[in-house]
Amino acid sequence: MTGRQRMFVGPESRPVLPRHARLRFDKARQMWLLLAPERVLTPDDIAVEVLHLCDGTRSVRDIAEELAQKYKAPTEQIVTDVESMLQDLADKGFLAEMQEQPK
Amino acid sequence: MTDVLDETRPAGGLDPDAAATHGIPIAVLAEITHRCPLQCPYCSNPVEMDRANAELSTDEWKRVIGEMADLGVLQIHFSGGEPTARTDLVELVRHASEVGLYSNLITSAVMLTREKVAELADAGLSHVQISFQAKDPSLANRIGGHKRGHGKKLEAAAWVRQEGLPLTVNAVMHRQNLHELPQIIDMAVELDAHRLEVANVQYYGWALKNRAALMPTEAQIEECNRVVAEATERLHGILAIDYVVPDYYALRPKKCMGGWGRQFFNISPAGRVLPCHAAESITGLRFDSVRDHSLAWIWEHSDAFNLYRGTDWMPEPCRSCEFKEEDFGGCRCQAFALTGNAAATDPACALSPKHEEIFRLASEEATGGDTRFVYRNFAGGTLEPQG
Repeated sequence: MTGRQRMFVGPESRPVLPRHARLRFDKARQMWLLLAPERVLTPDDIAVEVLHLCDGTRSVRDIAEELAQKYKAPTEQIVTDVESMLQDLADKGFLAEMQEQPK
Repeated sequence: MTDVLDETRPAGGLDPDAAATHGIPIAVLAEITHRCPLQCPYCSNPVEMDRANAELSTDEWKRVIGEMADLGVLQIHFSGGEPTARTDLVELVRHASEVGLYSNLITSAVMLTREKVAELADAGLSHVQISFQAKDPSLANRIGGHKRGHGKKLEAAAWVRQEGLPLTVNAVMHRQNLHELPQIIDMAVELDAHRLEVANVQYYGWALKNRAALMPTEAQIEECNRVVAEATERLHGILAIDYVVPDYYALRPKKCMGGWGRQFFNISPAGRVLPCHAAESITGLRFDSVRDHSLAWIWEHSDAFNLYRGTDWMPEPCRSCEFKEEDFGGCRCQAFALTGNAAATDPACALSPKHEEIFRLASEEATGGDTRFVYRNFAGGTLEPQG
């Protein structure tokens, strides 16, 4: 075994939440949470929208285009923002790419 | 996105008001048994352990797991002892999944089989944490007091990854294995772990009995800090490293449990609900049981929780300290162990009148040459044979 490589998020990446990163709405606290090993993250509204679109079929560019249409903002700017948010998540170990899913 | 909970380096809670004494609990450590095939001399279990016949039944645990979810708990850590020593573990994990809890298995892994790992994955387990005692098998097996433990752990770690479960390697560090830290980090990468906990021993319970054999030297801690910093940078995006510093050598105490009774609790095998896993080392505290009360009642009303919640209970120098809501005066169990008074300032804090004495004691023990362990067992401990 050689171990894992760092995941680089680009416009063509097709990100998906791995088994150990679970997005859920918490009724007790009335907020969205991302549950991960020994961590609870609190994504803001935009991050929640992005994470819902991380289904392993959409690319980062697809996600950005959807958001650009919805918010009438320039796609290139959104691609950059989404990339940076997802790269941060990937570096924490809470994001995977579809083809890397072992099961 | 902000990281609001980090139990190994606790940050704030989800409670927006930092001054509130407690909010909704975030995580629960469920110590479902104290039985364990290993005998680690730094075990975090109490020296007086619960026997098998005192353990909560399957139905009792399932009721309690349901109550956790109702209370707003997000994560359950199945721990022990060795949680796989209970034959109903898969059933309990499945129940936790059904009620929506994120479940983590904290295991020595020596009793795991490939089939059991698959069953646990199928039951919805979210994450596995395996403890390693060292990199060198003979050292690891000596520390754990188990002849074939290390090899079994390596095997089990591979099964965990083959099942697609994420893996944390937990490495408990002390004077007798700190020299292996670089190899342990390499081992975590080779095992395809997602996360590594470099956890220096915290000295209560069994570890306090073994302090002279475990306490690192100052030079070791400096080297450890350097190795962790270098690896954290080199392995960015590959292996997340959480680092627990040894607090005898710290200047500021840790924010133990994120504050007493603030976001976390522990349930003992017999069902006692504790503000932290070491709380039973504080003699004189009385803990309520899930056999007598609901979890919701205990979280709100148990004297053991309310005694050290918030900041009103604090004596000086904590009371007037500007950091009192950052670290909540440190660790109550350590304050009790080292001063005899659980309400005292944790001697790990440089502002404690006991700090200098504790630091000197640590240095002396670290260079005293005592290496024999007292192994953890139900008989109150067994001293390692000479030589």
